[in-house]
Amino acid sequence: MAVLVLAEHDLGTLSASTARIVAAAAELGAVDVLVAGEGVDQVTIAAAAIAGVAHVRVAQSAELNGLSAEALTPLLEHLAPDYTHVIAAAASVGRDVIPRLAAKLDLMPVTDVIAILGPNRFERPIYAGNAIETVTSNQPRHLLTIRASAFRPAAQGNAALIEPVDASGVVAVARFVAAHRTEGDLPDLSTAQIVVGGGVSLGSAEKFALVEQLAGKLGAAVGATRAAVDAGYAPNDWQVGQTGKIIAPDLYIAVGISGALQHLAGIQGAKKIIAINSDPEAPLVKLADYALVGDLFEIVPALIAELERLGVKR
Amino acid sequence: MKILVAVKRVVDHAVRVRVRPDRSGVETDNVRMSMNPFDKHAVEAAVALNEAGRADEIVIVSIGPKQANDVILTALAMGAHRGILIEAEGRLETLAVAKLLKAAADEERPDLVLLGKQAVDDDSNHVGQMLAGLLDWPQATFASGIKVVGNGLEVTREVEFGRTTIAIPLPAVVTADLRLNMPRNAGLPMVMRARQKPLTVRSIAEFGVDIAPRLEIERVSPPPEREGGRIVTGVSELAAAITAELSQLETL
Repeated sequence: MAVLVLAEHDLGTLSASTARIVAAAAELGAVDVLVAGEGVDQVTIAAAAIAGVAHVRVAQSAELNGLSAEALTPLLEHLAPDYTHVIAAAASVGRDVIPRLAAKLDLMPVTDVIAILGPNRFERPIYAGNAIETVTSNQPRHLLTIRASAFRPAAQGNAALIEPVDASGVVAVARFVAAHRTEGDLPDLSTAQIVVGGGVSLGSAEKFALVEQLAGKLGAAVGATRAAVDAGYAPNDWQVGQTGKIIAPDLYIAVGISGALQHLAGIQGAKKIIAINSDPEAPLVKLADYALVGDLFEIVPALIAELERLGVKR
Repeated sequence: MKILVAVKRVVDHAVRVRVRPDRSGVETDNVRMSMNPFDKHAVEAAVALNEAGRADEIVIVSIGPKQANDVILTALAMGAHRGILIEAEGRLETLAVAKLLKAAADEERPDLVLLGKQAVDDDSNHVGQMLAGLLDWPQATFASGIKVVGNGLEVTREVEFGRTTIAIPLPAVVTADLRLNMPRNAGLPMVMRARQKPLTVRSIAEFGVDIAPRLEIERVSPPPEREGGRIVTGVSELAAAITAELSQLETL
C-alpha cells in the first residue's frame, strides 16, 4: 500500500515544504502526490521532480482553486481507500482539510507530527511544545499533518508518472473575495536556513525595517512575535510561535525578543540561537547559544556594518 | 441569527506546564485553569454580532468537568445569553468532542457555530473543521475578520501567504484566530448578572455518542533541554560568531 501527500501550492508555485513532507512520507511507503486546482502544470512538474514520488495525481478543476476544505474533502474521501496514510503539511491548507476529512471518514487524525516512529506511531508536541506526546493509532487508516520544519527535504531529480484524477463532481462552497499577500522576495519562513526575528521592542513598523535589513544582509527570512504583529509592525504571515509558523532554521537571530512561552514554541527546532536584547534576564537571552546584551538600535546597525566589513554576502 | 459558541476550560496559557514523573501526562492538579484564549475571541465575536443587531441569541456550550461552569459563566458575563455544560470526566478526543457538538447543534439549530481555532492544551486545531464536516456545513478557519453580508458571511482568514477573504453561506462554522478582536473583560455587575442566566447541565450519556478513544497515548515526555550559551561582549564578537555559523552552513 502507498501513502498520499496533498500538495500545497499558491500562485502556480509548489510549496517549499512539499519536499520535506515527501521525505517524511517516504518512511511510511511509496508516495503519491495529489495536485489539485486549475493551471497547475508547473506545480505538477515540480512535484514529479521530488525524489521518492511514484505518481503525481492531478485533479484539474476550477472548483479546487483556493484549495478549500469543502472541495478537497470529497476528492480525498474518494482517493483515501487506495492509501494507508493521507498526509498534508501542518500549514493552512492541511490544517483546514485533514480534520474535516477525518470526521467524514470517522477517524482520529494525528496532527503536527514531528517524528515518525513506525507506521502507526508518531510524536507530536502539546502545550506549546512543553511536552511531547507519543501516540499509537490502531485505526485502519492514518490521517496526518506533518511539520515540515522537523524533516530534511527529499532530493530533486525524479520524473514521477503523472496521471489525471476525475474531479468533475467537485463543488466549492466558499467564494473567493480577496487575497492580501505580503510583498517581497524573502526566503520561505517555514523552511529557511536562517531567520531573523523581531519583537515589539522595535517600536514601530519603520524601525522594524532594521530587522529586515539584517535579514537581507544574511539572506535570511524574517520572523516576528505575536506582539509585533498585533502592533502592526510586521504582517501576520511572519508570526512565529504556537499559533503562527513553526521554524527550525540552522540559525535564528532574535532581535529585541524576550521569549514568551508562545514564541519559544515556534523556535524550539532552531539549531543555534543568537539573542540581542537589553534585558540580561530575558528567557531568550538565557537559552541562546550567544547573547549580546545592549540597545538593539545601536547593536543592529553596527552588526550590519561589521558583517559588511567582513564581506559577508549570501 | 442564532449563534452557538463552544468554549473549553484549559490550563491557563501563562502556566508553564510540567510533565508528570510517570510520563502519563502533564501535571494539571493545583494549576490555574481558565477559558482557552482562542475561545474568548469566539465569544467576543458572537457578542459583537449581537450588539450590532446581527445576532439575537448566543448559546455557550462547554464539555468538561463540573468546574467548566466557570468558563461558561465567563462567557455569560461577556454577554452570551445561556449556557450548556455537557459533563464529562477525563480526556476526550477531538473527534468525540466534535460529535457531541454536532448533537448539541442538532438540538439548538444555530445559524453559526463559533469556536477558537485551537485549544492551547493539546494544540490540536481539529474541532471546528470536524464539526463542519459532520454537519456538512461550510467552514472558515483561522478567522481574523467576520462580516455579515446578505445571507452569508465574509470571513478573512490568516493563511500561509498572508490573508484571504472568502464568502460562505449560512449555516456555517467559523474558528477564531487571535487577531479577530480584543475580548472584553466583564465587570463585576456583568459577572453577577451572569449567575442569573440559564445554565443547563447535561450528562454525556444523554447524547448517545461514541466517545471511545481511537488513539493510545503511550507516554508524554518533556522536550529536549536547551543548554544556555554564553554572553558575548560586543558587536565584533557577535559578528564573528555569526560568520562562524555561516561557514558551517556552506559546508552542509
